[in-house]
Order: sequence, then structure tokens, then C-alpha cells
Amino acid sequence: MILTPIQTLTIVIVVALSSVITRFLPFIIFKTSNKSNSFITYLGKVLPYAAIGMLVVYCLKNVNITVPSYGIPEAIAILCIVVLHYWKENTLLSIGVGTAIYMILL
Amino acid sequence: MNKIRALKAAFPYTIPVFTGFTFLGIAYGILMSSKGYGVIWTLLMSLFVFAGSSQYVAITFLTSAFNPLNAFLMSLVINARHIFYGISLLDKYKDMGKIKPYLIFGLCDETFSIICSSEPPEGVSKKWFAFFITLLDHMYWVLGSVLGSLIGYMIPSSIEGLDFVLTALFVIIFVGHWKSKGNRKPAAIGVISSVISLLIFGPDNFIIPSMIAIIAVLTLGRKKLDPERIVEI
Repeated sequence: MILTPIQTLTIVIVVALSSVITRFLPFIIFKTSNKSNSFITYLGKVLPYAAIGMLVVYCLKNVNITVPSYGIPEAIAILCIVVLHYWKENTLLSIGVGTAIYMILL
Repeated sequence: MNKIRALKAAFPYTIPVFTGFTFLGIAYGILMSSKGYGVIWTLLMSLFVFAGSSQYVAITFLTSAFNPLNAFLMSLVINARHIFYGISLLDKYKDMGKIKPYLIFGLCDETFSIICSSEPPEGVSKKWFAFFITLLDHMYWVLGSVLGSLIGYMIPSSIEGLDFVLTALFVIIFVGHWKSKGNRKPAAIGVISSVISLLIFGPDNFIIPSMIAIIAVLTLGRKKLDPERIVEI
């Protein structure tokens, strides 16, 4: 644990809050008004795809291609995951094999 | 009796979720343990957040300098997809009575897809059918992660490379999105905006700028990106 218990609890609360806000928001704002063509509806549709793109980058943010290991373990593992996932479409298999390959390469 | 019948009808639909949530939950619990966060923290997270991606990302906020604002904004963006789920279920969840708040709280990706694609068999209450699907999925996630947390106590601390589960998970979701052509533009906007922000602001400060960039590009490009508007053309 790096954070103090109070700091940890704060993180738990803000993350829980964000989850609750996004889940309840549509039921609160679209009670009566016209739900189609709203900006929020649009964001709910496209933001998830952009968010996952951002998260992939976020996970790799500390990879430095100018110092050993040059990000090679990450690149190989991700390539394997992509190929495996296109081929088998099995989430658990792709995550398991991908992570195992990465741990071996490290 | 009514409830037992609904539980029996709901259970088979949740079996695939059982496998997935147990596996991802165990991995989550092990990861939390390996960072020094024991079973209580894992339980709190899984019970009250109940959103896999943001819980996984939250680990990175638990293992770096205390920054609740970043943690909040980041999970808000990750959880934005819930807005779409809610909108899709406005009608279906209209007359759910007392259990409605729980149904909304428990609306994760998997529960959403079951609720959308299935109807309760004849004679089974719609309300309790939805309730048990939500509850069972929620419990699988909680039990899986608690189990993982307990397993985590038994294996040596800090297994090198296990964090890669998180990367693998998002790469897989990304591949899934990429397979469908319509999703590629927003997915690419997410990657490109983040890479540019990362290069400019560095690994510790790029999240907020990249979220601003993403929302700005999506807003400005709405005419070209909005699925509903494209249909009209």
C-alpha cells in the first residue's frame, strides 16, 4: 500500500461515485425530455470507443522505446494478443496467453 | 415462489458471465493483493464500484501519488458507456418499482447485454428476472475478486509482469471495437489524441489533456461521427 487508508478510501469513493453517476444519469435527465439527438446520447455512443483507445495508451505510458528493453516485450505480447483474438475471439484465452507471454519475455 | 421461478429462469443466462467474471475477478483480486491491498479493499471496490475496467485502472491510482481528481475524471470517461446502456433501457426499466435503483446500479456490460437480448419465459416476472440477472452477475464479480484476493495472500508478493493483464484486457476490447468499421474513427481519435498528449505532457500529466482533446475532437467532428446522423444521410 502506497496510500494511507483514508486516501485509499477516497479513491474508492470517487471511483464508485463515477460509476454511479454514469449509470443513473440517463434515468435522471431523460425522464421527460426528448432523448434522441442529444449531445449526451452522442457522447455515450462514441466516447466508449475513444476511451478504450486512451486506456491502451495509458497502460503503455511508461514504455520507453529508447532504453532497453525498447518496449519489445510489450510489442510482441500485444501482437500475439491481437492475432489470437482475431483468430479465436476468446477473451480469457487471449488475456491468459498474452500475459503469460509477457511474463516470460520480461 | 414467484422469485424462485425468476431465479431459476435467470440463472442459465448468466453462466457465461460466471466464467468470465470469475476469471477477471480472480485476476483483479490477485493484482490488488500483490499491491498490498487486501480483501477488504477488494470487497469494497467490487461491491460498490462494480465496473471492471475502472476498477483495474483504479489500481494504478492506488499505486501512484494521491490524485483523486484524476481518478474521478478517468473513471468517468471509462464509464461513459453506461450512459448509452441506461438510455437503451429507459423503457424496459420504467416500471421496476422498488428494485429499480439496484437494477440501474448493477448495470454492467454483461448484464446489459443479457437484459437486452432476453425475455423472461412465460409466467416469470419481468422485474425479478432482471433483478436476478443483475444480482447473480454482481455476486460472481464480488466472489471472484474476493477469491483472487485470498489466492493473492498465498502466492509470493509482486509477481513481475502480472500488471499486463490490464493492458491485455484493453487491447482485446480495442480489437473487438476495431472489428466493426463504424467504431474505428472514435477508437482512432482516442489513441491519437492520447499519444499526442503523452508526447507533449509526459506519462504523469497526460490524462486530463487527452480527455479534453478527445471530447473536443468528438464534439467538433459530431456531424461526421454521430451514428444517428449518418443514418439520416
